[in-house]
Amino acid sequence: MPESSYEDINIYAYSTMPPSRQYSQSAMPLLPVSPYSGPSDFCTEENISECMLYISQELSSLGLPSIFYDLNGIRQLDVMSTLNRMYDLLQLHRRAMGVVEELEVEQLKVSSDLHCQQLTSSKLKDQLELSKKENVRLRERERQLETSMKMLQTCLKNEKEEVQKLQNIIASRATQYNHEMKRKEKEFSKLKESLNRLLTDKKDKKQGMEVLNYLGRSDGRRSQWKTGKTDGRHEREMYKTLLNEFDKHQKELMLENAELKKVLQQMKQEMVGILSPKRHSQKEEKSTDFTDQQIPSDDEETSEMSCEHAREKLTNSIRQQWRKLKNHVENLDNKASMVQLGKEVSEEMISKQLHQEEMERLKMEIQQCRDFIRTQQQLLQQQLNTPCDEETAAVLNDCYMLEEKERLKEEWRTFDEQRKNFEMERRSFTEAAIRLGHERKMFEEDRATWLKHQFLNITFTDQMKMKTQNSLSEYSVQEQKHSSGPKTPL
Amino acid sequence: MNFSEVFKQSNQLCKVSPDGKYLATCVQYRLVVRDVNTLQILQLYTCLDQVAHMEWSSDSLFILCAMYKRGLVQVWSLEQPEWHCKIDEGSIGLLSSRWSPDGRHILNTTEFHLRITVWSLCNKSVSYIKYPKACQKGLDFSADGRYMALAERRDCKDYISIFVCDDWHLLRHFETETQDLAGVEWSPNGCVLAVWDSCLEYKMLLYSLDGRLLSTYSAYEWSLGIKSVAWSPSSQFLAIGSYDEKVRILNHITWKKLIEFEHPATITSSKAVVFKEVEKRPVVGTENVSIHQITLGSSLFNTQSKYEIASLPVQVTVVKPDLDRANPKIGISAVAFSADNRYLATKNDNMPQSLWVWDMQRLGLQAVLEQTAPVRCFVWDPRKPRLALCTGNAKVYLWSLAGCVSVKVPAEGNFQVQSLFWHGNGDSLVLLGKDQICLCYMHTSSCSVPVTLILSK
Repeated sequence: MPESSYEDINIYAYSTMPPSRQYSQSAMPLLPVSPYSGPSDFCTEENISECMLYISQELSSLGLPSIFYDLNGIRQLDVMSTLNRMYDLLQLHRRAMGVVEELEVEQLKVSSDLHCQQLTSSKLKDQLELSKKENVRLRERERQLETSMKMLQTCLKNEKEEVQKLQNIIASRATQYNHEMKRKEKEFSKLKESLNRLLTDKKDKKQGMEVLNYLGRSDGRRSQWKTGKTDGRHEREMYKTLLNEFDKHQKELMLENAELKKVLQQMKQEMVGILSPKRHSQKEEKSTDFTDQQIPSDDEETSEMSCEHAREKLTNSIRQQWRKLKNHVENLDNKASMVQLGKEVSEEMISKQLHQEEMERLKMEIQQCRDFIRTQQQLLQQQLNTPCDEETAAVLNDCYMLEEKERLKEEWRTFDEQRKNFEMERRSFTEAAIRLGHERKMFEEDRATWLKHQFLNITFTDQMKMKTQNSLSEYSVQEQKHSSGPKTPL
Repeated sequence: MNFSEVFKQSNQLCKVSPDGKYLATCVQYRLVVRDVNTLQILQLYTCLDQVAHMEWSSDSLFILCAMYKRGLVQVWSLEQPEWHCKIDEGSIGLLSSRWSPDGRHILNTTEFHLRITVWSLCNKSVSYIKYPKACQKGLDFSADGRYMALAERRDCKDYISIFVCDDWHLLRHFETETQDLAGVEWSPNGCVLAVWDSCLEYKMLLYSLDGRLLSTYSAYEWSLGIKSVAWSPSSQFLAIGSYDEKVRILNHITWKKLIEFEHPATITSSKAVVFKEVEKRPVVGTENVSIHQITLGSSLFNTQSKYEIASLPVQVTVVKPDLDRANPKIGISAVAFSADNRYLATKNDNMPQSLWVWDMQRLGLQAVLEQTAPVRCFVWDPRKPRLALCTGNAKVYLWSLAGCVSVKVPAEGNFQVQSLFWHGNGDSLVLLGKDQICLCYMHTSSCSVPVTLILSK
């Protein structure tokens, strides 16, 4: 860029101070810079000698000979040497300007070089960044490939093991098949031999049984002809056996079911019991409402829950109670851990370990109960869903109630009998009572008459004693007669 | 405990009558019937050939003797010794013979499982059942003797026929979803039939008495499957022992797996008691060997043994089976429930010296018995939860909740207990040697036999 550098040089040229400016600072006041300026010059008419002195000093400092010559001890200006000196100065100046130009060119070159270097360095930095990123990316990819390679290697190992296992299985199956084949071949050859023997053998040994006398059947009964009825009988007996087995099975399962339901109820009540005293420590209001709700519902539930809805209700309530218990335990856990950190010991806190063990145990129990319930449900579902023809369906539907009905009939019968007995007894009792009343009345009457007689006798005899003895004897005879009446037959 | 004399028997044929009064043994071609308590010979019968199979009828009045090589079956009467009956299968051959539950019919399986002939002892009728299946357990009678389940195979498919034993009426006939049916077994209540596939496929099917499929159970695929099956006496549980060394218990409500019992090589379960049999070798100093001791003979070789309770964890001796052979000796080969339904005894074939006892109430391991020799036979007492086992030496071992007992059989000669079974009332044990039997009476006033008892806590 020589043009630009030339302009630069010009600019630089205008910006530098003329040497006169520089050197004249100490000796002379500052004069205007421009070499073309006229009025404010360095030398005026007043200070010519001073100027001359000054200039000669400057020249001598530059190493140039003096411009004066000495005439009679007065310094006179030598025009020739002044011109020479001016010429020298001009040469110097030209030389200096050349050097300055060169230096300016140098500087421009250097600055442009620097600029280029800066650009290249920034480019290189960018490239370095990019290559670093690339490096990281490649490393990452390498790592991923390594892990995938390891995984593939393990897969390969597994597959090889699997292949080995399958080969072993194939080998063992092959030996088994071979063994079977050999056995069958041996049997086949024996069969062939036997067939040959039979074909060639003249005398054919007949089958037969000889027995001294035939025996009776083991159960003592006579055997029956094979008819369609016996076939039906066999079928009936078979189904009866199966049905009895099912009934027995179902009874056992019902008992088990009832027991499990009881256990679940107990568990639920216990859980409710555990949760309810902790109500005041719980901040959640939902749980309190829920426990209140649950407790009255316990009273509503009866022990004979057999429908699907009640069963689901029970399991759902157990689940909810369990969830609450779990939350409660977790809260306690948190509190306990916080308490441990805070180094406070509260009496109500049970050790975490015990709680966890308790929870584990309860969880296991719940799981077992759930499994049992599920199997019961499945079985009952199966029972209800087993396809059977209408006859057996009706029979089955009836048979559940049949036992109940029979039992009820029996009970009614006994009731009736007892009532009849009671009636009879009551009747006999009343009769006896009436009879007793009568007898008592009779007895009373008898007693009364007897007393009366006695009384009369006494009074009468007394009176008679007073009065006549005949009438007494008469009466006494009569009395005797009366008394001896029943004794002597008339 | 009191031991009886030793009597001869052949072929391990020794059976107690169902009413518990008589003991029948076969000695070559003779059938000997003794009284169980006095062991006096009551009857003696002679058969036409060496007896291969002998069975009491259900009413304890008749005994069946089968001679497979000759294809003959002879039936003897206990009440009338002169009564005789002979069944000749002729050229068709005889593979097996058994009584029907009413004690009046005999079922003969002919050679190659061509057919089953049902001979009647009451009348002249003969029935034939075609295509019976040749498998591990193709025929089973229900416990009350009313029904018989028979596995059949036609056109490469498995079927099951259910017969009414009263008049052999075919009640139900249905196809089963098995590849290769291996066995059938009625539940003790007679309402459910368990049907299982061969060991190449783990499949257990449960059919109701009227032929409906109740449930299918398959624990895993491809590996060898079911090895042994046992119903609990209350029909509540079905125990399935398989080749993967586990016993799976199915429950009778859902027919799904209730629990899986594993047989690990290291026992760590803390509730189990491990009894280890430890032999006490008699110290024989050179100066103590006298003529007397040598003439006693067996006392030097039959060592005393006692049980010690081993502290957990215990390592069980494992015998690695040869997996290149068919039917490898691995897996649960024997499963048995106790009579009160409370305990289950299992034997794992690759731990042949151990016997595992499980508590069914707790569904966990109750005890492990580690013997010095492979367990040959174990049976539960028909009344109490007591287990008797033998390992082929001269001792009989008993386990109960109270503890473990090792009892030496004081028999002269070399009596090695090969198998044993209980008398029906649980009062005595019948021990079978190679060709001898010996009875062991449980309750006696004086215990005259050296017994080492270890009481468990």
